[in-house]
Amino acid sequence: MSSNEERSRRASIRAAWLLSSPALTILMIAAIGPLLIMLIYSFLTPGKYGNVEWKFSTDAWASILFTRDIFDGTLSLADANLTIFWRSIKLSLLTTVLTFLAGFPTAWFIATRPEKARNLWLFLITIPFWTNLLIRTFAVGEIIRKEGVLNSFLLNTGLIEQPFSIIFTDMAVFIGMTYVYLPLMVLPLFAAVDRFDMRLLEAGYDLYASRWQVLRRVILPIVKPGIVAGSILVFIPCLGAYVTPQVLGGGRNMMIGTFIELQFGQGRNWPLGASLSMVLLIVVTGALLVYVRALGKGAANG
Amino acid sequence: MAERRFSVTRLPGFNTIALLAFAAIYLPILVIVIYSFNDSNSLASWGGFSWRWYLTAWANEEVQTSTIRSLVVALLAAALSTVAATMAALGTTRRAKFRGQTLIYVAINQPLMVPEIVTAVALLIFFAWIKVATGYQGLAYLVLSHTAFCIPFAYLPIRARLEGMDATLEVAASDLYATHWQTFRRVTLPLLAPGILAGAMLAFVTSLDDVVITQIVKSPGQETLPTYMLAQFRRGITPEINAISTVLLALTIALLIVFFLITRKKD
Repeated sequence: MSSNEERSRRASIRAAWLLSSPALTILMIAAIGPLLIMLIYSFLTPGKYGNVEWKFSTDAWASILFTRDIFDGTLSLADANLTIFWRSIKLSLLTTVLTFLAGFPTAWFIATRPEKARNLWLFLITIPFWTNLLIRTFAVGEIIRKEGVLNSFLLNTGLIEQPFSIIFTDMAVFIGMTYVYLPLMVLPLFAAVDRFDMRLLEAGYDLYASRWQVLRRVILPIVKPGIVAGSILVFIPCLGAYVTPQVLGGGRNMMIGTFIELQFGQGRNWPLGASLSMVLLIVVTGALLVYVRALGKGAANG
Repeated sequence: MAERRFSVTRLPGFNTIALLAFAAIYLPILVIVIYSFNDSNSLASWGGFSWRWYLTAWANEEVQTSTIRSLVVALLAAALSTVAATMAALGTTRRAKFRGQTLIYVAINQPLMVPEIVTAVALLIFFAWIKVATGYQGLAYLVLSHTAFCIPFAYLPIRARLEGMDATLEVAASDLYATHWQTFRRVTLPLLAPGILAGAMLAFVTSLDDVVITQIVKSPGQETLPTYMLAQFRRGITPEINAISTVLLALTIALLIVFFLITRKKD
């Protein structure tokens, strides 16, 4: 009997791998494999007209943080790069905080609607989630550009006399990313709030807790896995954002994503682009591990 | 009455913030839609209702070719990724746990975890090799890269559907002497069809929307609709973009409604 069982178990495992093999092959060729090639490229020398020369070098990794003086060869911190990293991290954190501040009440609002209305509100938050990111970024651009809707409205009503100009600034990128990634915060928060047992609120109020105490001591600790999930889901795409800084930040206010692309275009430094990509990948993987652990904890609590 | 007034779920200010958030989400989109019907060249003034920009966009040859290219890539990528994802879902669900299962999950979901820009430049490096070696510059690079990142989007709804199906009907079929293939063809596949359709639709939309990977991987002259729109926007906006955006928005909403109807039917 056991040998029969064993044989069918093996056949099942073989079938599993066989059925998965087309997907795995495609992903190996066009997703995972290229990352390994890129790792190799980060240790090569940049070619004169782009691409690489096959000479081993660790310069690409060193030049992430340091620049070598052309004349005396001394190393100093690469201020330009550090500015870009700092901007990316700062804007991503700010975006995460603002999307949380707007997203948590939104998720709470949706989850506390009556059954039928709830599905409608949920659908309304799903539409922007699936709408082309480019279109949503354009939409922000049309509102805040110098000859845009907001300016002409304020000018026409006489509230301001000169049009303000925030497009192509960090502020524009921040507003744009908050707008674009808000649904990514609301959806996991909604999932957490939806599972929340509202009877706990009654218990809290019965024990003379204020609204603020109920929020801080009862609600937030319980929906924490949802908060972590939403924050990571917003923070990761922000850090690697390309479209929003490209469209709303213009050429000067680069973030890591646009900086990486630059190395493969005008920058002509493929190895640096490759090493920067690896750094971004490592940071994102770290953030994802935090996410998975938070999800695991959430499952254990729920 | 007095009791009803104190709602335990109410938190001060939350409803206001939520409604403001919804307004902030929809206002810019609404502006795009409204101004796509604006007869004036400028965004600052309203020149009356007109279909003018839709007609200009429709007649624009660049819009036509890039739209067709987008559709061809999205259809091929959706078809290929859905077939691969369906097979993978059949392979990885409703089975006893085995070693390597997690590895397959991670590999399939890998495109969701890696920043798009990283995948894009990695593909650029890899395809630069192949382009030098073979001289081929065609659309296959785009189709292949789109297929790869569409796989998880196709996989997730198919797997969800499959996990919700119990094996009793399949067992009944084999009790009635159906072969493996007959069982699959006549029982499993029809039951799984809504999941497959949902997966294919998500894959299609994902491919159609892609900017980053397409922008960096494409050969010169291979504009898709999103990369064309990006280029136009950088040159200064034309109201034509509003018209195209509105059409894409309508398409997205239509597909979403169909998607919701399909996935809800399972109860």
